[in-house]
Amino acid sequence: MSEPLLELSGLRKHFPVRDALGRSRGAVRAVDGVSLAVDRGTVLAIVGESGCGKSTLGRLALRLIEPDAGTVRFAGEDLGRLSAAALRARRRDMQLIFQDPFASLDPRMTVGAAIAEPLRLHRIVPRAGEAARVAELLERVGLRPESARRWPHEFSGGQRQRIAIARALASGPRLVIGDEPVSALDVSVQAQVVNLLAGLIRDLGLTFVLISHDLGVVRHIADRVAVMYLGSLVEEGPADSVFAAPRHPYTRALLAAVPGRGLRAPPIEGDVPSPIAPPPGCRFHTRCPHAEAVCREQAPALAGEAHRAACHLQERLPPAPALQANEPGGERLRRLQSFFQPAGSDA
Amino acid sequence: MSAMSDDRSGSGGLNRPRSNSDSPGRRALRRFLRHRLAVFGLVVVVLFLLAALLAPWLSPADPLQTSWTAIRKPPSAAHWFGTDENGRDVLSRVLHGARASMAAGVLSVTVALLIGVPIGVLAGLAGGWVDAVIARVADAMLSVPFLILAIALAAFLGPALENAMLAIAITASPIFVRLARGMALEARATDWLEAARALGNPPWRLGLVHVLPNIVPPLLVQATLSIAEAIIAEASLSFLGLGQQPPAPSWGSMLNSAQRFLTQAPWLAVFPGLAIFLVVLAFNLVGDGLRDALDPRGERR
Repeated sequence: MSEPLLELSGLRKHFPVRDALGRSRGAVRAVDGVSLAVDRGTVLAIVGESGCGKSTLGRLALRLIEPDAGTVRFAGEDLGRLSAAALRARRRDMQLIFQDPFASLDPRMTVGAAIAEPLRLHRIVPRAGEAARVAELLERVGLRPESARRWPHEFSGGQRQRIAIARALASGPRLVIGDEPVSALDVSVQAQVVNLLAGLIRDLGLTFVLISHDLGVVRHIADRVAVMYLGSLVEEGPADSVFAAPRHPYTRALLAAVPGRGLRAPPIEGDVPSPIAPPPGCRFHTRCPHAEAVCREQAPALAGEAHRAACHLQERLPPAPALQANEPGGERLRRLQSFFQPAGSDA
Repeated sequence: MSAMSDDRSGSGGLNRPRSNSDSPGRRALRRFLRHRLAVFGLVVVVLFLLAALLAPWLSPADPLQTSWTAIRKPPSAAHWFGTDENGRDVLSRVLHGARASMAAGVLSVTVALLIGVPIGVLAGLAGGWVDAVIARVADAMLSVPFLILAIALAAFLGPALENAMLAIAITASPIFVRLARGMALEARATDWLEAARALGNPPWRLGLVHVLPNIVPPLLVQATLSIAEAIIAEASLSFLGLGQQPPAPSWGSMLNSAQRFLTQAPWLAVFPGLAIFLVVLAFNLVGDGLRDALDPRGERR
């Protein structure tokens, strides 16, 4: 295909840390040199522990925060060069779904007004057609059209997230970034919202960036997976390949940590080092079971073709253990899920 | 569709009998009406507002009409509140004085809101040096006692009711700057404001359509309390001769002239004093009731 829809290159964002007197105490290196491309119509998942910078990366990609360095190209256009007004107009094509549906809806706006707002801002439908379009969007996310007159506080978490999804889709965006779109929801509702998203991505041909730490969800809908650790990418590649043959020890550890469905890999110990003073060399060497001298001195670059990893030892590591076929507790989990899944559900 | 089970699980079920949706404002009103003292305060406020509006028709006499035959007469059937040192009917003067007081309270606080809120929201949303300058100026103004600043301004502008009101409005505005700024700062950190930005809202719309409606409750509470303060300030300025000019009636100037006759004719001081006391108390009760009704922590009760 042609050029990617979203192209990040060398993105960096450091948040200054100040003490009580306002003196600089270094900076949190939230995102430290990330380059990524997302092809049209594909789903890229960005995974990593909390605090690894994946949410910051999502906001940088939409230029909701300004990068310290690096560029974001959307459909070939450098977002950093756009004027404030041009950027606002461009927002029609790129939207964000937030993690917490209890925080992301304006409490003083009815559901209908919230969904109609992007339609008005970008003059997408004439005022007369607004109500019909809002009703259509509500139905598309599985809510009743009458919900438009209600207030956000009248809805449950899952319903609110559907409203937020309808709002994000209202302007007909080409790119949607979901920042942990289901992790704040009840487990029983998560599957429904994931299925809704998967259906929308398929039907609307969306390009989707899923920021998540839930590898189960990622495996379900992602085409490609990017793994972040302390502000940098450690591995990136096709989802199948990353899940089946993870090359970076951190990715292996992440997969091993998924309860019940992981692969057997040596567990990692200790905490994530401080992003204010990340370790020299490979940032993961403090916790890596395979670390050698070179890892402590030289930062590895991403290497490989379609499936890239930033590890000095990736050619020499023992092959990744296979994913466990029989997941402990898997049967119970499935029964539980089928219990919550309504019969005859397409999603 | 899979959505249906989710719909039913929601606490705000869609099969609720009530047809009208429950807006945040309506819920606050319900909570306010449960608050008895606040409702009492509101009734008193409304009565005084009516008295101020209808003073020319309610008054038994002309408030400026002097009479040599009725000097400092105690309350009687002819003069319910008695007469003053010039033989004027005190009831009529209290009623007309309500005009000055209510106007000073309501209008000056309205002006203070119009000055303070936009500046505060601007500071909170803009951040940076704009915010720093505005916040420091507001803090500097707040560091001077309210009445002292009002007196200084009123003296500078010259003795007249309009000038006193303007002085009060300027003096009352920094509290709204600070309040609006704090709330806007808080709003700036919320997901819903970031969501509004991500949708492509221009800055003025973020302030006007998103931030403003969300900061109305605390502003309303503060406005009510500020009105009480403004009424006291107007009375004080008039007492000092910086507000309403004689012979036009004002509670403050009535108290001023009454102090010479405190022992001989206490009714001259009692009735305007009582009026100030009642109005200020009522506005404070309404403010407290509003605070309870609009407190976001009470939302889930």
